[in-house]
Amino acid sequence: MKNSFAIKLWLVQRLSGMLLGLFVIIHLMTMIIAIQGGVTAGEILERTSGNFLLGAFYSVFAIAAAVHGSIGLRTVAQEVIGWRGRSMNLAAVCFCALLCAMGLFAVSGLVL
Amino acid sequence: MENQQESVTVFVWRGGEGGGFESYTVPLVAEQTILDLLTSIQRNIDPSLSYRFACRVGMCGSCAMQVNGKPRWTCRTLVRKAVHNNELRLEPLPNLPVVKDLVVDMETFFDKWQDAKGRFEPGDSVVREFSPIKPDDPERMLADEAIECINCGCCYAACDVVASSDDYLGPAALNRAWSLINDVRDDIHTERLRAVSGDGGCQNCHTNSQCVARCPLQLNPTKSIAGLKKKAALAILKGKL
Amino acid sequence: MKANHDKKEYWASFVQRWSGVVLALFLPAHFIVLSQSLLGEQALNGFLHWADMPVVKIAEAGLVGLLTVHLLGGLRILLIEFLSWGEWQSWMIIVAAGGAFSSGCLFLMRAF
Repeated sequence: MKNSFAIKLWLVQRLSGMLLGLFVIIHLMTMIIAIQGGVTAGEILERTSGNFLLGAFYSVFAIAAAVHGSIGLRTVAQEVIGWRGRSMNLAAVCFCALLCAMGLFAVSGLVL
Repeated sequence: MENQQESVTVFVWRGGEGGGFESYTVPLVAEQTILDLLTSIQRNIDPSLSYRFACRVGMCGSCAMQVNGKPRWTCRTLVRKAVHNNELRLEPLPNLPVVKDLVVDMETFFDKWQDAKGRFEPGDSVVREFSPIKPDDPERMLADEAIECINCGCCYAACDVVASSDDYLGPAALNRAWSLINDVRDDIHTERLRAVSGDGGCQNCHTNSQCVARCPLQLNPTKSIAGLKKKAALAILKGKL
Repeated sequence: MKANHDKKEYWASFVQRWSGVVLALFLPAHFIVLSQSLLGEQALNGFLHWADMPVVKIAEAGLVGLLTVHLLGGLRILLIEFLSWGEWQSWMIIVAAGGAFSSGCLFLMRAF
């Protein structure tokens, strides 16, 4: 019986991509409007502090981005430099965890 | 009638993997195919040249090889159309081991065909009801779009993912699996879906579409593989894979 | 370049892969910057001041362009894989390229 791990990773990649598609459109539109005339830390923190809805949105965003990016980099590593197997999978998981941690850390800094 | 002024320099791969190009200068003959040209080299210049062909009329796919960097059927490629700066470069199909000169070992290609369950399985039970299979039946139309493949290997040779991943089943095998998954008379749909979504399965396709660009029959393996992906996705979401 | 890469679709995949790699590697940097907010307004303002330099703004516009091309290219892939392959998908490649260029320019206009 062939294992179905790879196709499930593919599906997670596509599903996270769908989420990110929506989130990125919102994010880009917001940023393009927000940065007009320059932006200061004060202005950013004013909008984000205590804004838990924003915090929730960006937390999910960060996790989706971390998962999507890690699966993508894993495929590139396999096909471009031929890095496969356990060590590769471990590296991908570590990168994903790192990105999740950094992302959630950043969101907490802005919101809490 | 030969154009006595014009000649073509043909660089032909000789030897195995570690071989090299040998050049032959031949007259440019009007309406000659590359297969004709190879035959004339073998008969008049170098009888040790090895190459494959069978029907020579574009039905069997045996003569597939790399012509100026692209996999083509040599019996259906005119020299005057393929020639570039009066030069031709003929190589064996990429992504397959070279046996000698322009001949490759097709075994992996056919093994992957079997691995993808690329053959019809009627099942053991007695047929109690015959499937009508109307021509406008949507599944039949999808199968018909993909069914003309004659296993020439051009798509497999053109695929970048095949080049970078040894276990990728490849466009031809997956295309055939798609045509069978759409055949209502076949009995092993689930098994076949599992076969095409394992390690070397359809998820490896990146829609580069070099297969579509090169298929001499204008088949669309990218479309077939996309169909397999969708079926696999639905099966996963239903907990069936 | 292989003589074989003669369809828009090959370049669409190429751009999708490498824009993804750049974005995945940019993401940690992005999170680090935002984490500066945890050190207080001063630290974040320091970075934002550096980011006001024109060359940085141009690089940011480049990233916005890459993000847009990856998004629209990804949308094309999702449509192919979950709806069907059609002749329109070839047009989507041009839309993706055009969209990326426009969004990058839009960002640049707003940034200056």
